[in-house]
Amino acid sequence: MENKEMKKTGVSQMFASLLSRQIFIPIAALLLLAVFNLVTDPAFYKITFGYNSAGDPVLSGYLMTILDYGSELAILAIGMTLVTAATGGQDISVGAAIAISGSVVLRVLCGTNSRPETLQAPIIVAFLVSCAVAMLFGAFNGVLVAYFRIQPMVATLILFTAGRSIAAWINNNELPIISEPSFGYFGGFIPGIPIPTPFFIAAACMAVTALLLRFTNLGLYTQAVGINENSSRLNGLNPAFIKFLTFVLLGLCVAVAGLIKVSRLSSINYSVIAKDIEMDAILAVALGGNALSGGKFNMTASILGAYVIQFLTTTLYKFNVQSDALSAYKAVVVIVLVVLSTPVVREWLSALWKNISRGQQGKEAA
Amino acid sequence: MKKQFLAAMMAAAMVTGLTACSGSGTPETTAAPTTEAAQETTKAEAAEEAKETEKAEEAAAPAESSGELVKVGIINNDPNESGYRTANDKDMKEMFTEENGYEASFAYSLKNDEQITAAQKFIQDDVDYLLISAADTAGWDSVLKDAQDAGIRVILFDRTIDADESLYEASIVSDMAKEGQTAVDWLKGQGLDSYNIIHLQGVMGSAAQKGRTGALDEAVASDGWTLVTQQTAEWNAEKAQQIVQSVIDSGESFNVIYAENDDMAKGAVAALDKANISHGVGKDVIIMGFDCNKWALEELLNQNWNYDGQCNPFQASYIHEIIKTIEGGGTVAEKVVIMEEKGFDASEITQEDVDKYGI
Repeated sequence: MENKEMKKTGVSQMFASLLSRQIFIPIAALLLLAVFNLVTDPAFYKITFGYNSAGDPVLSGYLMTILDYGSELAILAIGMTLVTAATGGQDISVGAAIAISGSVVLRVLCGTNSRPETLQAPIIVAFLVSCAVAMLFGAFNGVLVAYFRIQPMVATLILFTAGRSIAAWINNNELPIISEPSFGYFGGFIPGIPIPTPFFIAAACMAVTALLLRFTNLGLYTQAVGINENSSRLNGLNPAFIKFLTFVLLGLCVAVAGLIKVSRLSSINYSVIAKDIEMDAILAVALGGNALSGGKFNMTASILGAYVIQFLTTTLYKFNVQSDALSAYKAVVVIVLVVLSTPVVREWLSALWKNISRGQQGKEAA
Repeated sequence: MKKQFLAAMMAAAMVTGLTACSGSGTPETTAAPTTEAAQETTKAEAAEEAKETEKAEEAAAPAESSGELVKVGIINNDPNESGYRTANDKDMKEMFTEENGYEASFAYSLKNDEQITAAQKFIQDDVDYLLISAADTAGWDSVLKDAQDAGIRVILFDRTIDADESLYEASIVSDMAKEGQTAVDWLKGQGLDSYNIIHLQGVMGSAAQKGRTGALDEAVASDGWTLVTQQTAEWNAEKAQQIVQSVIDSGESFNVIYAENDDMAKGAVAALDKANISHGVGKDVIIMGFDCNKWALEELLNQNWNYDGQCNPFQASYIHEIIKTIEGGGTVAEKVVIMEEKGFDASEITQEDVDKYGI
């Protein structure tokens, strides 16, 4: 506490600069939720160590649940951020695409038998095939958007409508079930490691993305295309290709998320798997303070946004909110965000903060 | 100019895209009638004659002996909708074959208006029977009247509609409330010391959800059972998993999971497995599901689940009986036929049951 008092001016300055930063929004939302849970029930943060029914050590608790279930969303948020930045539009077909890629994984693993005793192919092969398929569908969206210049939402509407039927068709509308326990590791726990695997997968995706953004020009180029397509062309970029590329990368994210999804239950239900996840992914991007009209983006903020959404979902479940009402709460969050992210409100807020801190400084001086 | 041209192109592309979509969405009629136009004109008389001869030979398989096929138009929901629907469609296709004396045409849609259009088309095709599993309960009156005027008999299966009873011959349906009651009675029979139930509901407002929830709600009120949580997981395994996970995280204790379909029960079990909570016969938590998917019955057989309530998709044989009666000149005794539906107990289920009733 003393420390805080001493550094008050420093803190307030930091806070003011944070306020004007993009990442402020998801952090504020996270803090708000964290404090709310701390006040209402500190047991929210309890993490217990135990064993699952296979006898492997696991950590459990609400925080672990958030890390676990937020992973798919975080992975999708990475791709969605890139697509949003480059095209100024969103891909609404990711849920359907997850159904397709998940279906492909199961199809390769099962072969023709929908309930195989042993896997017909190594899991890595199934995953790679699903990556290829998902990237192909991403490329389909990408071509429509980048080369035919169709509005992203309209272009992806095609797959949004058809995707789940395609997924069902891939497996002849059967519901394959995989009994091999090692397939469940991706959506559960690896024996001996008490932290849910999806979190590691998400972390790996984040690391790869960070490296990609650090050592290639992907980030710069997507932003340049998103900010001004014509001037980026004049500067020697190929905007159509960059847009196309972002959709293919989103396809890759979809394949990873699809693997986790089907692994969770070792099965699939075409009509409901990853239902409405596209809206959550877009919300994660928005929650990260990224302009949905494209241009500059902040990847960390988007990923944080994804976990905030899961935090919110888990909190609402904890309070026994009817799950069909969850979307209404999310809508409220969107409204608040949209209002907060408008320049008018931001300027007003930072001006307000400056006034407050100046007043305090004045008092301290006196 | 360029932009305008492009916009025009796009608009054109979109329009064709849209029509293409609606094209694929409209009910497709498979197995189009092979009869020729000339035959069509005399068909009505032929049908009359066939009926006459039928009357003479009571309760014979329809038209089998006379060599004339009974034309049925079947309007169903999309078989991709669920495992239930897939089984239902398969059952229909297996029953209404030429060997059984039928000439069947199928139309599928999840949309009421498309189904009604398909019904009108079947009326124009002059089918003998119209079999309908309606997507929605409303809006069928006028088309059913048209059918009646054309002398076409209507049989409803799986779902009822809001229309006058005189407009159809029979309706063959599941009694969801009874399904729920059977399950709840079974649960009562378990004689647990206390009932702490996680109740996972289907999509709110659906007939299956209302029926299966109603019975449990009554028992909770009358027997002093506790609902640890009552949530809709919208038939979705993932949501069910999250809901049950949330209860586990909260540390509340429970000993029954009442899931209104198999998928949700499966999601719940995945959450239990993660937390090492034992479930099944003689274990800590009782697992109840509905619909009798084959894999779910196998879980029962392996003693991992305790109960599965049937939702019978096999209406075809009932319809066959009714058509036989009508063709034989008899009258249908009951307008509303409620199908027999079982509940399976894990301690009694056999491999035979799994093969026979699994969908």
